[in-house]
Amino acid sequence: MKLQRNGRTKALAIGAVALVSSLSLAACGSDNNTTATGGSSSGAAASPAAITCAAKQAPLLGAGSTAQGDAIDVWKNVFGAACSGSTLSYNPVGSGAGVQQFNQGKVAFAGSDSALKPADVTASKAVCAGGGQGVDIPMVGGLVSVIYNVQGVNNLVLDGPTIAKIFDSQITKWNDPAIAALNPGVTLPADNIQAFHRSDDSGTTQNLTAYLAKTSGGAWSYPSSKTWAGKGGQSANGSAGVASQVKTVPNSIGYAELAYAQSNNLKSASINTGASKPVEATAANAATTIGTAQFVGTGNDLALSLDYATKTEGAYPIVLVTYEIACDKGNAPATLDTLKSFLTYTISDAGQKAIGDKGYVPLPSSVTDKVKALVPTLA
Amino acid sequence: MTSSTPDSSGGRTTASRTGSLQGNSRRGDRLFFAASAGSGILLLVIMAAIAGFLLYRSGIAISHDKTNFFTTFEWDPDNILKPSFGIAVLAFGTIVSGFIAMVIAVPLAIGIALFISHYAPRKIAQPFAYLVDLLAAVPSIVYGLWGALFLVPHLAGLNSWLNTYLGWTYIFQTTHTGAPARNLFTTGILLAIMILPIITAVSREVFRQVPRSHEEAALALGATRWEMIRTAVLPFGRPGVISASMLGLGRALGETMAVAIVLSSSNVLSLHILDAGGGTFAQNIALKYNEAGLPGKDALMASGLVLFVITLLVNGGARLIIARRKEYSGANA
Repeated sequence: MKLQRNGRTKALAIGAVALVSSLSLAACGSDNNTTATGGSSSGAAASPAAITCAAKQAPLLGAGSTAQGDAIDVWKNVFGAACSGSTLSYNPVGSGAGVQQFNQGKVAFAGSDSALKPADVTASKAVCAGGGQGVDIPMVGGLVSVIYNVQGVNNLVLDGPTIAKIFDSQITKWNDPAIAALNPGVTLPADNIQAFHRSDDSGTTQNLTAYLAKTSGGAWSYPSSKTWAGKGGQSANGSAGVASQVKTVPNSIGYAELAYAQSNNLKSASINTGASKPVEATAANAATTIGTAQFVGTGNDLALSLDYATKTEGAYPIVLVTYEIACDKGNAPATLDTLKSFLTYTISDAGQKAIGDKGYVPLPSSVTDKVKALVPTLA
Repeated sequence: MTSSTPDSSGGRTTASRTGSLQGNSRRGDRLFFAASAGSGILLLVIMAAIAGFLLYRSGIAISHDKTNFFTTFEWDPDNILKPSFGIAVLAFGTIVSGFIAMVIAVPLAIGIALFISHYAPRKIAQPFAYLVDLLAAVPSIVYGLWGALFLVPHLAGLNSWLNTYLGWTYIFQTTHTGAPARNLFTTGILLAIMILPIITAVSREVFRQVPRSHEEAALALGATRWEMIRTAVLPFGRPGVISASMLGLGRALGETMAVAIVLSSSNVLSLHILDAGGGTFAQNIALKYNEAGLPGKDALMASGLVLFVITLLVNGGARLIIARRKEYSGANA
């Protein structure tokens, strides 16, 4: 997701303010290491995001999911500005590689699009000292919107089986009876559908196909995967590439995160989930779906099982939740305080709102409450 | 380029002469010999290192592959249950797009080179040659953006014309009408434009080397200008033109960013070159590397090795042709 630059400059401005205040504090106290506690509380007061800096600040390393990359960028700027001793570097190397680095003890936390697999949990026990293990902490929500560009069609409604058939070339014309049945009274063109999917491997593809595999009633015959498996259509590189193709090619359809639909002024299809009326692709509707998710993790693990087939009123079904992964017990002592202070900020209402402005979905309170309870207990 | 010019036989005699003089050579000579021999050896070492690295990683990857590496269409190396990946589509796409590029670029480049070296007045030839050289300096991402934003929409008309009138050839048949022309044909045209300056620049220099006496002899025998070019210039320049084409083909086979932007990749192997789909080695590596896990990265290395081998084969083939031609061309006379 491309983040708008003004967010960064705003964060930089906050950073400048915090920097000035911490400099003046350092000028007052002769010893700038031991005054960190005093400095941090004043720093938190100066920052509008209400960040509580760690008593013992340390550089924080993270790696993993590219889907989280821009969210972490936003947080990094605000957090780094408020707590100048806590520089954060996040390496978006992909979820699998991130978990791998975490289990090798190279990073303090990993970002992952999917919950830890049992084998990963076992491997994490080697890194988490004192009987701890890696746990999934839900942190970044998002939604995948089905974007389209059809002259004269403004409120396209689709459902799981239809989307699956469109992207698998089983439905090839816009005026196909299956689409017409979902859009009564709408004049659909008799043209070929130009379907676009990702040419690179992507968590976005994985989420869409997870939804399709669950709700298409067998029309999507492939497993959920990062690699596109459907027949036909064209591919483009990255969500930005898909969005720009859909924007320029008439009679096209594609999928991308909400931020791309918004920044390219593309229309997003509403989904007929079986609720009384079709659900629009908005962050609020996505949060409703995430709110219905079940916690399936054991112990301190907060892994979620999303209900793609939800029929709840106003619940947009194609959503994703990505996790931060850290040890529940036995995190590296040097970075533990900083890690907790960072996660406390990111799950705070201010932290969630900050990424909500960038096209992510702020997590509903049913999820954040659990995370807010978990983070202080990390050790 | 230098190796293809006719002085290579002369070069050999010079080399043997230095050899005989080695006994009383001065220090500068020895230093220069060491420097140039060192450069040559360094190149070989680098090549060997690349080949060794690729071989090692490929070995790991191919041992994981559950399907035939050469005939599989899919690229799914990170699938834990059944890692399956193959180079069939990539090899096909790379070779077809390279072939289309050569078919378009080589005749065009020879024409431009002849125009600059033999037809254009000096006043025009110089700036024109400079302009062609300038084209070679344009970064490939710029070509890619131009291809995606200008070439693809503007080729829609040509594509539907080809489909209507040449669709019976199978090759130019379009199965999905109305789709943007993000296909192997467009990729080939774009690659042709990208390699045009290299082939032109080298060919032009070779044509300029044609001995004046050959040309004058042809003209004296009553040849027209075209006949003179056909009998004196082209045979003399042939090895050079082949070398130039190989340089161009090398760039076309390895081109990454422009292809990644223009070509819609898929794991479909189809001779319908106007249908979107296919892929090339370099494009696949660029697209898949970011999210690839460890097995995925090894698999991409394996595909890189295949491209490496294909390039070696193509260049080796070209060397053979040049070596054979040399005896018959007038170059050694």
